[in-house]
Amino acid sequence: MTNVLVGLAGNPNSGKSTLFNALTGARQRVGNFPGVTVARHEGAVSRRDEIINLVDLPGIYSLSAFSEEEVVARRFIMDEKPHLLVDIADATALERSLYLWVQLRELGLRTVLVVNMMDELHRAGRLLDCDQLAKLLGVPVVPTVARKEKGLTQLLDAVVQAAQAAPPPPLVLSYGPELDRMIEELARKIERTDFLTAFYPARLAAIKYLEEDGPILAQGRREHPQLSAEIEEQARQYSLRCRSAFGESAASLITDYRYGFISSILGRGVLSMDAHIRRLNLTDAVDLALTHWLIGPVVMLMVLYATFWLTISLGNAPMGWIESLFGLLGDLGREYVPAGLLQSLLVSGVIDGVGAVLGFVPLIALMFLAVSFLEDSGYMARMAYMLDRLFRMFGLHGYSIMPFIVSGGIGGGCAVPGVMAARNLRSPREKIATVLTAPFMSCGAKMPVFTLLAAAFFPGYVTEALFWITLASWGFVFIAAKLLRTTIIAGPSTPFLMELPPYRLPTCKGLLLHAWERVWQYVRKAGTLILAVSILLWAAMTYPGLPEQRRQHYDHASQTVRERQDLSAEDQTAELAALDAGRAEEAIRYSLAGRIGRALEPISLLAGFDWRTDIALVGGLAAKEVIVSTLGTAYSLGDIDLENSGMLAQRLAQSPEFTKITAVSLILFSMLYAPCFVTVIAIGREIGIRWALFSVVFNTSFAYLAAVLFYQTATALISMA
Amino acid sequence: MADVCLRHIPSNASCTIREVRAEGELGHRIRELGLIPGARLSIVGRAPLRDPVAIRVRDYTLTLRNSEADYIFVDLIDDHTIEADRD
Repeated sequence: MTNVLVGLAGNPNSGKSTLFNALTGARQRVGNFPGVTVARHEGAVSRRDEIINLVDLPGIYSLSAFSEEEVVARRFIMDEKPHLLVDIADATALERSLYLWVQLRELGLRTVLVVNMMDELHRAGRLLDCDQLAKLLGVPVVPTVARKEKGLTQLLDAVVQAAQAAPPPPLVLSYGPELDRMIEELARKIERTDFLTAFYPARLAAIKYLEEDGPILAQGRREHPQLSAEIEEQARQYSLRCRSAFGESAASLITDYRYGFISSILGRGVLSMDAHIRRLNLTDAVDLALTHWLIGPVVMLMVLYATFWLTISLGNAPMGWIESLFGLLGDLGREYVPAGLLQSLLVSGVIDGVGAVLGFVPLIALMFLAVSFLEDSGYMARMAYMLDRLFRMFGLHGYSIMPFIVSGGIGGGCAVPGVMAARNLRSPREKIATVLTAPFMSCGAKMPVFTLLAAAFFPGYVTEALFWITLASWGFVFIAAKLLRTTIIAGPSTPFLMELPPYRLPTCKGLLLHAWERVWQYVRKAGTLILAVSILLWAAMTYPGLPEQRRQHYDHASQTVRERQDLSAEDQTAELAALDAGRAEEAIRYSLAGRIGRALEPISLLAGFDWRTDIALVGGLAAKEVIVSTLGTAYSLGDIDLENSGMLAQRLAQSPEFTKITAVSLILFSMLYAPCFVTVIAIGREIGIRWALFSVVFNTSFAYLAAVLFYQTATALISMA
Repeated sequence: MADVCLRHIPSNASCTIREVRAEGELGHRIRELGLIPGARLSIVGRAPLRDPVAIRVRDYTLTLRNSEADYIFVDLIDDHTIEADRD
């Protein structure tokens, strides 16, 4: 048995992942390429005494190393030196697909060319002669239909055979007499000076210098700065000469000739039309409606709403199961662990903390199933296409739509899968702006907070209030995105040429694997970092405990109540509950979180919040729904049930320090301030830990500013009136 | 057969690329996706806000923003030529 390392390369939407899943099944490992968030999928397949280690490279159109995906692919090829690359071409867009193959072969790599989606090609009434193509290209060509698992064994056989054969010489193209002469001269100089010849053939290096290829130029500068500068200068001169002679730079001419080469190959009896079939292109027909200026947006809203509604309504039941399971665990803990700090740590810290996090799992799984479906079917690209103009005005991208919707753009989503959904965004600046603002949306955990405040201060208008809150969060997303994109992440929008792939029915296997992968990542986090933070937050709200004297006071008071004979059993219970609630209020006031809250009071009063609200907001850093329960404790009402916060609403409405203006200010603040810590971790994963910390500071400052501005203006207006 | 910018081509019209004036990364990207002088393309449609534009080129559909289409100069192919091609 020998091991063969094989990279799987190909354009986006070429069915690369489908092929990879079909080949490796569930036997795949998911990791990350070093230093980037691009996921790396690996899997092994054995065939004829060979173990083929497959690495699924990110989908790319070329090897030019501008985008993160291209850099990853280049680094894999250069550093890990795969025995061979399987290049997957979309049979229906063969010309464009072969561009990448030409680049791979110019680098001298062994390749097996897969022509995928042969069925679609046939349906379009076209014929492809794979044998002829193989003869003209000089490499094995395997036709496949990955989604129906057709052609897989032939592919594996071709891989084994090619891996054992002698490596073919690099592909040498003619770039026309003028350019060829320049390449030769440059190559001669490179050869003479022995520059980079340990890594690349001289002619290839010459071409790459004319193309101004980033990674190779950087390597040259490292290896031999002076020589590299000379060669760069010479290449620049040549490029200028090209421009004056042909009106195009050398790099452009090289691309033109590559396409010329491809066209000439395909013209030689490779591709032909089947004269008997001429069918209507289904995708084009559907797009007439789905991207229509009026019907398109209407359908899009319906699709978004349906996605949202399906995930939430299907996710609620399993979420409830998980909650009850953890509730049961908590009861067991209370039953069998002696009362005291250990019990409190286990029940309030570990079980409640991890339970809250795992409770999101069904929601995340469903969200990702839906997002993958939209993505794989091709509809996501259409949404991005229709919304791009609007979103670009605020420095965002059409693809920002999904993170926003999932985060709660229609109310009731979750920012954790929302932030993860930003992975589809390939423009770095737009992605950062999207990830930082998506937590403003009205996620499911903020809904109880909004409902509570609306019920207390705008009774009878709760639904209307929630609608305006959701609308306002969109407004703030756009304002903050614009602010970020004109200051710290300023810069032109990344050039983004987006393909509209044909509509395709996603494969079940692909959808499930994709959702499972995301969920597993999330659960693993819950097991480690999230557990640690839950315990930390629990400690902040528990320590330091009440001083001995106060504890004795409460114990003594309870004892007295219990001993009183003049009270009925009911009154006694009520008195005891009131005492416990008072004790809880005092305890939280005395704890670290309470001290922070009280220390913050002078600043927070500008926005109308007293120390009680501050504690609740500090607690909300763990999870937004904690705001409600902590407010309950701080207002000495004991445990507050999220579903039944009527008493707290009444209490708030009666308290003199809480007015309608305070309520709106609090709604604004809790909508905008620091994301909950699970989201912060997700942000760290997607765009780096520094941006995650930034999101805490920026969002909180933004929220504070908005709340203070509102509170002060509103108070001033009222006092004037 | 006027030299016009891709932005001003009406929907459903066909044209041939004459020149791509973009430089650097954008220029490279545009060309690598097959939008090179001589390539034939047709306008499939425009997004509801008239931007981006969807084009059909080399048997696939590509969308680009108007600001990117501004770098692409084309020769319109009139309908008769297209009809002649089909036969």
